[in-house]
Order: sequence, then C-alpha cells, then structure tokens
Amino acid sequence: MARLPITKTPKAYVGGKFIRSESRRVYPLNGKKGSFICNIPQCTRKDTRNAVVVAAKVGTNWASRTPYNRGQILYRLGEMMEARSEELAQAIALTGNLSIASARKEVATTVDCVIYYAGWTDKYEQVLGNTNPVSGSFLNFSVTEPIGVVGVIAADQPSLLSLIGLVIPVICSGNSVVALASSTNAYPAILLGEMLATSDLPGGVVNILTGFRHEVLETFASHEHLRGLNLCLDKDEQKIAETLASESVKRICIHSRQTDQAWFDEKHKSLYAIRNFLEFKTTWHPIGA
Amino acid sequence: MPPVALNKSPLKRLLDEVGPVDQVAIEERVAKFTTRSIKKSSKVWGLNLVVSMLDLTTLEGKDTSGKVESLCRKAIRPDEFVVTPTVAAVCVYPAMVTHARRCLGDAKIKVASVATGFPSGQFPLRTRLQEVKQAVRDGADEIDMVIQRGAFLTGDLQRIQNEIAATAEACGEARLKVILEVSELETYDNIRAASFLAMAVLRPGDFIKTSTGKTSGNATLANNQVILEAIRDFYLETGTPIAIKPAGGIKNSKQALQFLIAVKETLGDAWLSPERYRFGASSLLNDLLMQLRKQQQGVYQAPWKFSDAFSGY
Repeated sequence: MARLPITKTPKAYVGGKFIRSESRRVYPLNGKKGSFICNIPQCTRKDTRNAVVVAAKVGTNWASRTPYNRGQILYRLGEMMEARSEELAQAIALTGNLSIASARKEVATTVDCVIYYAGWTDKYEQVLGNTNPVSGSFLNFSVTEPIGVVGVIAADQPSLLSLIGLVIPVICSGNSVVALASSTNAYPAILLGEMLATSDLPGGVVNILTGFRHEVLETFASHEHLRGLNLCLDKDEQKIAETLASESVKRICIHSRQTDQAWFDEKHKSLYAIRNFLEFKTTWHPIGA
Repeated sequence: MPPVALNKSPLKRLLDEVGPVDQVAIEERVAKFTTRSIKKSSKVWGLNLVVSMLDLTTLEGKDTSGKVESLCRKAIRPDEFVVTPTVAAVCVYPAMVTHARRCLGDAKIKVASVATGFPSGQFPLRTRLQEVKQAVRDGADEIDMVIQRGAFLTGDLQRIQNEIAATAEACGEARLKVILEVSELETYDNIRAASFLAMAVLRPGDFIKTSTGKTSGNATLANNQVILEAIRDFYLETGTPIAIKPAGGIKNSKQALQFLIAVKETLGDAWLSPERYRFGASSLLNDLLMQLRKQQQGVYQAPWKFSDAFSGY
C-alpha cells in the first residue's frame, strides 16, 4: 500500500522554537513553472518585535560565554550543516533557479564560512584590541565588546550563503541576531533553523524570520532596541533603512545587491566583518598600582 | 434517595452554599478574552486606564527609602514624554508608609500598605491588628491583609471571617484589601468559596486581592474570572459592590488589557475604575509606558529608555 505523503510545515525559528507567524499568514513557495512546493510563514513587524525581545534576553548569556566556547558551538553548527549538506543543496535548488551543482557549491562555501568565523572567536580580540602607546605612567588598552541585538536582512540569492555570511560574523563576538531570510527562497533558511537548534547555540541568539522585506524593513530600521543592522538591500530600500536608522543612531552596514558571484569571493570572509559590530572600550590604568 | 450527610464539614457546607465553579467553562471563557483585538485609540485609552488603576508596588526585603522615593516620583509622573494619569496608589511595607506619604506630598495618590504578617499571615492576631493600626496611623489609606490559608484549608472558616472583620474594624477609614492567595487555595471552588467568605464581612468598596506575588502561582485570567463572577453574584444578591485587585505576574500591557476585557464583559463599566479595580504590579508600568510611547512616536522602544533594571542587552 502506498504511504501517505508526510510533508514538513516550514516554520520560522525564534527563541529556540519553531513558530508560525503571529499573523498566521503564509505565502506560497513555488518551483519552476509555478508548481507549488510549500507555504512559508509571512512574518510581520510584531514577529520582529517578539524576536528582538528574546534575542536581547539571551544575548547577555551568549556574550558572557568564553570565546573558546562560542567557537566550539559555531564549529558544531558547521558539523551539523556538513552532515546535512545534500539536503541543504536540494533546498537551494528547490525553486529551480540554480542547478544542483551550483547549489552544492554554495553549501560548501557556506559551511567553510561558518568554520572560518568559528576559528576567529578566540582570536579577533588579540588582533583588534591592543595596548595603546601613551607617554605617561599609564597603561592604556582597548578591548572590544559586542554591541547587542543586530538586525540582518539576507539577499534573495544566494539565499543560504548570504544569510550565513551576514549572521555568523555578527554572532561570533557575542551579539545576537534577528534575521530575515530570502523572500524568494526561504526554504534553506528554514532548514538552517533546524541545524541551529541542534548545534548547542542557545535558543534566541539567532532568530530567523521569513516573509517579505518591504513588510518588515521599516521595523528593522526604526526599532530602537536593535543596535546594529547588517543588511543586503537595493538602492531604494537603502534610503529607507538609513533614514529610519538614523533616529536611533544605529550602526548600519549595507551590502548593496551584489552579483551572486561576489558572495563566493574570499574577500567576503573577513575580520572586518566581525569588527563592524563591536564596540571598543578604552581604559587607562596606572602602572605599578 | 441518597443518604443525607448530617455532619458535613464547614468548608463543604460553604462550598455547597456558594455553588461550584465549572473549570472547563471558565478556562474556555478566559481563553476567548485573549483573542480580542484592541488597537490604536482604544488601546491608548485602555493603557491609560490601566496606569490609573495601578498599585505601584515594591515589597522586597532590600527596599530602601531611596527606592521608595523614586517609586513615588514615578507614581506622580510616570513618564517624561507621554502624558498619563497618575497611578492609583503606591504599595509598600508598613515601615515605609510614613516615608511614602511624605514623598507623595499633596498628590492624589493613595498609600497602600501590606499588613497582618504579610506574606504568610502566620502571626498572632493581636500583633497583626497592631500592625494595621500603626500603618493607618502612619498615613496608609489602604491596607492589604492576608488571610490564613491554613485555617481555610482546615475548615476553620469562622476564624477567618472574624479576623477579616476585626481587621476591617482596625482599618477605620482606610480601605481593606483581602489577599486570598489563590495559588494556595488549590481549586477554583475554594477561590469562589473564600471570596464569598470575605465578601460577607467586607464593607462596600473594599477589595478582594488575588495574590501576594510572593508564591509561584499568581493572578491569572482564570482565577481573576472566578473572583469577578463571585463579585457579580454577590452584588446581584446583596447590592454590595466589592472591588478586586489582581496582583503578581501581570508584567505586560497585553495581559493587563485582557484583564480589563474580563472586567468589562463580566461586571460592566461600573467596575472599570480605580475605585473598583486595581492592578498590583511593579514592572507593568514600564511596559505600559513603552507601549504608550510606541503609540505616540510610532517606533518600537528600547527598554533602557525606561527606569528598568534591565538584565538583557
């Protein structure tokens, strides 16, 4: 007898839980030639607000972990993704915009990106922080601190690589993230949620919303609790984001809609991506006291 | 014919007299309250009403005169940007009553004091009454007393009623709030029974309060609803309006509005006033202000802009 098909309900990942949008809305994800694949939660500004609350709550815990521990957890995320890399590649190719070969390449690059930043967690401080040369009987040193909750909006394509490329450098220093996944293919992000959930990352450090950027962009930009934004936007959206973010003086880092290929560039893995969301604290201390 | 029980316990007799609570129906009913959609101007109206119904509370062993003073300032002028009503009262321990009275100056804000061996109530009646009298002498306008839950559960109902009556007498002009501590009463039936027990000796305008806020169980929509319905039934029977104060665990605006919906739909507009309904809370006020500022300014606010000891980042 033929088995009944068991299909997965795609859900957003917020606070370590898999949720539907509070609005209960969904939108269809279609494959090539318009064939229906599944319904994706259409998250709202209220979902964004709720995600910010949980991200802030767990943030202090995440930031107080040892950098070594954060590195181990990110490395484990890499392991989880590697083990399910074929599933991720199939998800990327699901909508038919990419060949399965390109999708596999994207997954490999994405996992490498996670491992790259996992390595940096207990090393960036040595490179970015320093003792400053001053003339006087003082020590003067600068150390870094995470800035808080950061909003991320991923590119539509490459959906997985851009999401990871914007999220991981932000969280590796102890920030937490509320991210909006690609609108055109959110399915890899939904799988990513499942991997985040099994990677020892405390629930709420990375929150992945799905939906349309035009519905939540203004909330991301204006929400005063978000201390930074790491966004992939086009020109018009960029203007909205910058105008609204200026009200609460956010750290804002905009990656204009690049060609897909640019995301695969080695330049994308960079210490400066970590530095963008750090605050520097400089301390004077008397010598010998 | 079933045999007639001749020697029923006092508690059983009371339960029979006031009737049972349909647990499933109550929980279904309150679940519906959470589905109402209140937006924009009606939301602002509701939030302001909640502010005016607040008993802004600090009941900690580490309370200092400084903390009470800042609480009083907050009570008088809750927010620097949004114009709101003042809160209804500040609620403190008896030792802080004089200080709170002084800090409030001539503002029309009541000073409420917990008394009678709060939160356990396990003290001799004589000292409990002394506490009440002293608090009233020090300037308390309202007294929050606790009942002895142990006495209730063992069926010593007369004693509870006598103690409430004695405390009411000791209050004099001050209004009395009787804390049932619903989480320790175990069942909805008991909550309803205890409400009737208290209402029989309360004066019009006195309060029933759900909880001390010091136990794990707090005010919920369901136990609030049980008491609202008891108050309704008592009012229809005797014409005496009794007020109610849910306390503990009401931390955000959304919850508070749901409590107001329960009041509106059970007791009507007459109870939508600080005279008849209060919220006992400490962190609720900042959330109310946060939502009011959101309505005013159009953007979600950060918690560090309010006077919270904010533990996240």
